[in-house]
This record gives sequence, structure tokens and C-alpha cells, in this order.
Amino acid sequence: MALLEVRDLKVDFVRRGERPFTAVDGVSFDVEPGQTVGLVGESGCGKSVTSLAIMRLLARRGNKVSGSVRFEGTDLLKLSDKDMRDRRGRDLGMVFQDPLSSLNPVIPIGLQITEVLERHRGMSRKAATVEATDLLDKVGIPDPSRRLSEYPHQLSGGMRQRALIAIALACRPRLLIADEPTTALDVTIQAQILALLRELVQDTGTALIMITHDLGVVAGLCDEVNVLYGGKIVERAQRHQLFAEPRHPYTHGLLASIPRLDAGRGEKLVPIRGSVSDNIPWDHGCAFAPRCPNALPVCREVQPQLAPDQGGLLRCHNPVRPAVAAGGGAR
Amino acid sequence: MTRPAGDVLLEVSDLKVHFPIKSGVVFDRTVGHVYAVDGVDLSIRRGETYGLVGESGCGKSTLGRAILRLSEPTAGSVVFDGTDVAKLKGEELRKARRRMQMIFQDPLSSLDPRQSVESILLEGMHAHGLDKDKEATQRRLRQLLSAVGLPETSLRKYPHEFSGGQRQRIGIARALAVEPDLIVADEPVSALDVSVQAQVVNLLEDLQDQLGLTYVVIAHDLAVVRHISDRIGVMYLGALVEETDADSLYREPLHPYTRALLSAIPVPDPQVEDTREQILLAGDLPSPANPPSGCRFHTRCPWKQASLCDTDRPQLREIGGGHRVACHYAEDIRDGRIQPHEVKAELVELTGALNPDLGPPDVGTSAEIL
Repeated sequence: MALLEVRDLKVDFVRRGERPFTAVDGVSFDVEPGQTVGLVGESGCGKSVTSLAIMRLLARRGNKVSGSVRFEGTDLLKLSDKDMRDRRGRDLGMVFQDPLSSLNPVIPIGLQITEVLERHRGMSRKAATVEATDLLDKVGIPDPSRRLSEYPHQLSGGMRQRALIAIALACRPRLLIADEPTTALDVTIQAQILALLRELVQDTGTALIMITHDLGVVAGLCDEVNVLYGGKIVERAQRHQLFAEPRHPYTHGLLASIPRLDAGRGEKLVPIRGSVSDNIPWDHGCAFAPRCPNALPVCREVQPQLAPDQGGLLRCHNPVRPAVAAGGGAR
Repeated sequence: MTRPAGDVLLEVSDLKVHFPIKSGVVFDRTVGHVYAVDGVDLSIRRGETYGLVGESGCGKSTLGRAILRLSEPTAGSVVFDGTDVAKLKGEELRKARRRMQMIFQDPLSSLDPRQSVESILLEGMHAHGLDKDKEATQRRLRQLLSAVGLPETSLRKYPHEFSGGQRQRIGIARALAVEPDLIVADEPVSALDVSVQAQVVNLLEDLQDQLGLTYVVIAHDLAVVRHISDRIGVMYLGALVEETDADSLYREPLHPYTRALLSAIPVPDPQVEDTREQILLAGDLPSPANPPSGCRFHTRCPWKQASLCDTDRPQLREIGGGHRVACHYAEDIRDGRIQPHEVKAELVELTGALNPDLGPPDVGTSAEIL
């Protein structure tokens, strides 16, 4: 049994007098203990809403969540609020994109860590403080005992993100969800944080769901990658497979449109035409069809289903052929 | 400069932009300065794309704004096609601005939400008296829109009716409307989704080919900058640390900071990611209000040596082939005569910016380096 089993997760945002908007449209995936799974896509693809739905952090009103999220066999969506609070922070940790807005600005860093330890691990304030110093040290914050009494605004962006990771790890959760943890940071700081996450996954055996728009981050970190488009998974593959032979025209297009540091200069980028606003609804065919270079008439009529493909999953009527995808036959 | 003078469109010498830090309620005392740009020399040739990279707070945007004199330089000169822009005043400055335009990062906040696209495009032309002939103006508007790939129907629309990529196209058309020679683009694609970024990058390249524009592209994403630029300047804490053409910057980065920056950028290829060596920098960027003594990078530099680094500020010097580096030990690092070592992360005092009495941060003893 997998550690986390997400089955047919669907999130509709409902507003009175408007048609409901389906942000996440039947997403299913598993996370094994110690595994790092990536959810990749551009803004509006539903990757963050997926993570918030798993953590049950979506607002109580204005949305409808269906499907199931089984964590070690228990459906998190069916838990009472109190039981969910016990799990959050203890079994499941979360790291958000913007550390300044997810830390409490009027409470010292130390207290924000000891709070978790006291609540979930029943530690005394004294023991919790010792543990918090240890945690800050582990995530690479220099002079941790002094930093405990400082407020978030006194830390730099990278240090804040480290503090947030320390809070998320305080109870040694078995699953950590990181939602764009490095997007707000500079590249040299991003490299530090990614190295830290990689190390933590190796040392503690924590499973990690990495949510990002940056395919470069995924390439260095994830075991398995799910590419989302319009609220659905359009492709899933092992990391090496995905980058060597992207099968979905969207994945292929994304890879072709990123300037690569190690590529020859003067090669033109191949953009994906149009923008997300050109999408058609999934029940009219494939949402990506209007932007897709491979689109066939069938793509605007029949909704493609997620089907096994080369050891992964693929949702496409007319996938990219391997030889083309490898750009001259690397394989 | 060794290049022929006629070839150079823009020459920046010893440019400094310092922002005062004010304190006090009744008397606005100046208690210190943020050394945003602190002595930059560079020259940009006509028709080339010059990329400025660096992390947040390195002064790259301030430098870009000072070139257009949107920020007032504290010292130094910005010679644009023979005239020192830093010394121009009033009407002369206004007229000079026709030839230098800017593209901003966030297209939504840099376009007036209550102006139609037509009015946005016409405003600059009107200010410079380029809209005298009504028919020619209409022709020009249509031409601008088609140049940036927007339909003619866009003229009557407002910025909120467009997607992010289209808005950035409007921003580009607005800059082009007055037929500038130089365009400073400050993070032109970083607010856009990856799939749309490539569209805008290609558009900028096409426009340069057609119109012979000169670009200064400012960005934190070295991959984008390397793709679009002919030459690249890397900035750290208000100064250029390395400058060379785009290919040799990737092939042979000489400044330790450039090396770390390049190795930190994730490459979307697992095979590269698994095998390449990363240089992880310790700690954070020091405060530009209180820059370290000597070489500004020495507090985080894995190649720091016992002498010179923490006492003498290295000048940008040419070490062959137009490759300029500000490092005392560039040749030794290139030839592998000195090796990187472990650096201990230091605390960076964010509050230190407001406290000028605070000395430079403790840099550690030379014993721990040797």
C-alpha cells in the first residue's frame, strides 16, 4: 500500500450566479514512502489547489472537493476537523512559496517551532526549545539559539524558508508537501534549499510532493513527475524517461520553449502558441488542442483518457513520436 | 576602451547611485547610504544586446534606470551617442528620452488600466510630436501592432482584456512607438509563464533584426539572458564582477561568483543534473548599505585567499579576448592553482542597514582558510 493514494480528486470552485470552475479535474496519483513526486505545470493548472485539497486547507465555503485522499489507508477528506488538525504538522508537513506571508510576523521564530512540538509531541517548553535549536541547526541556520528569539522580518528570504522547513519537519512527518518552495528565492539560495530538501529526503526517508513550474528543479529532484494541464494529469513518467522522451505535446513544448544554459546559442526557442485562455473545456475534447501542434480533428471531439504508455501514463490522441522528441535521436 | 569610438552607442563610466537612508521625525537626518550601484564602467555597441544578470539587490535594475536617468546618478557619466545624459536638464533631457525606452517587468502595473491601447501607444508619439499627420499615425499604429503580433482590434481594448504575454507585447509596442535606438528591458519575461516566455524572447530577437535596436536586458535568469545576449555583465552588490561574450561566460566563467551562479541554475535534464558539480554558496547577500570591505564577494567566496581579498577592492580588468573580471586571483583560479574551500555561513544583519555605526561583518580569520 502506498503512503498516500490520491484517487479521482476533484475541486470545483462555486460562486453564486456563475458556472462552477473545475480547478482540479480527477487527479489520481500515489506517493510511496521515501519517494519524491513532482507536480508540474503553469499557473492555473491546478497544482497548488491539489496540494491544498490534500492538506484540507481550502476555504470551507466556495468550493466542492470530491474523490479520496488516503494516507496510510485513512481517507483524509472524511476525517473530522479535529482529527485532521492532529495529522497536519504531525504526519503531513507543508512548505509554502512565500515564507514571509506563511510565518506569523508577530511571533518569534522559536515559538513558532516549539508550538508544533508542544502540540503534537507533547514536549515541555524547555525540551521543545532544545529541539527547536537542533532543528534550526539542521536546516542550516547559523547561530540557531540566537535566531530563536528573532522575528520573521529579521531573517532573509532564504533563512525564512529554512525556518519554514524546520517547522514542517519538527514532528518528522512521513509526507512533506512543498509548494513552489524556491520560486521566491534567488538562484544561489534556491540551490541551497534544494540541496537541503534532497538531503532531508535521503536522511529521514520522508516522502516529498514537489510542486513547481520549473522543469529544471524537477530534473534534479523528483523520482516521478506528473505534468498537469487544465486541472488534469496529461503525462506521468519517471524523471529520466520524461526528459529524454516527452510524449505529450505539452510536455514536449515546455521543454522546447525553455532556454537551456548548456545548449548552443543561436538556436531559436520554439514557443507554445497561444495562452491558457485558449483552452477548450475537457468534455469537448482535449483542453490543449487549440495550442497543440499535433492536434487532429478528433482532439476537439473526443476527450482523451489517461492510458499506460512506455511505463508511464499519457493523455493524448496524437503523442509526440520518440525520434522527434529526442531531437535527433539521443536514444 | 580599445574599441572604435563610433561603434559605441552607450558608454557608462564610474556610475554611482547611492540612496540616502533617512531617520528621525523632525529633522530628516541622513544616517547612511544604500550603495545600489557603486562604480560601474561599461560600453555598449550599436545593435548589440547587453545582458545584465545578478540576484535581487545587486543593483541591476537601478543601473538600468540610471542609464535612462529614471534614477538620478550620484556620480559618473552616461554618454549616449555623444551626449552625457547624466548632465542633461529639462527639455533637452525630455527630447533625449525619445531615443531610449524601457520595457518593464510587470506589464499590468506599468500600463495605465484606464487608457486604451491606442491611447497608450499615442501618448509617447504625441509627447515627441510624432503624430502630426493623422493618416500616417494610424498607419504607424497598425504597423506597431502587427510588429508585436497583436490584432488591429486591440486598439480599442484596455490592458485588463489581454493575457500576460499580450500585455507584455503592448509594453513592447509602446516602447517602439517613438522609434528608439536603445531599449532597456527590465526582467521582460520573468512575470510570464514558461510557454509564453519563449514567444516574447523570440519577438524581441525578431524586432532587433528588423529595426537594428540596441538592447540592455536585465534579468535574474541567466539562461534567458545567455540566450538573448551577445555580451553579459554579471553584477554583485552594486558592481560588475565579470563581463564577456555570452558563449565564453558559460564555457569559461572566471569569477567565483559567476561560477557559483552558473552551477546553481537548474538544467531541465536529469542526466546533466545528476552528474554536474554544484558550488553551493554559503549564507546570504550582504546588505548593500553595509558592503564588505575589499572584494564584496569575499564573505561568501570559496576561493578566498588570505591576502588582498578582504582589504583591496579588485578592479574590473581585461584578461584577454574582451573578457573582464574583477578578481585578484582570476588567473590562478582559471589555471587551477588555487582550489575552493569550505565557507562558513555568516549571519547577515537585515537590520544593519539602518545602523551605520555597525562595522563590516566579521569575515573570519585567515587561519580557517589556510
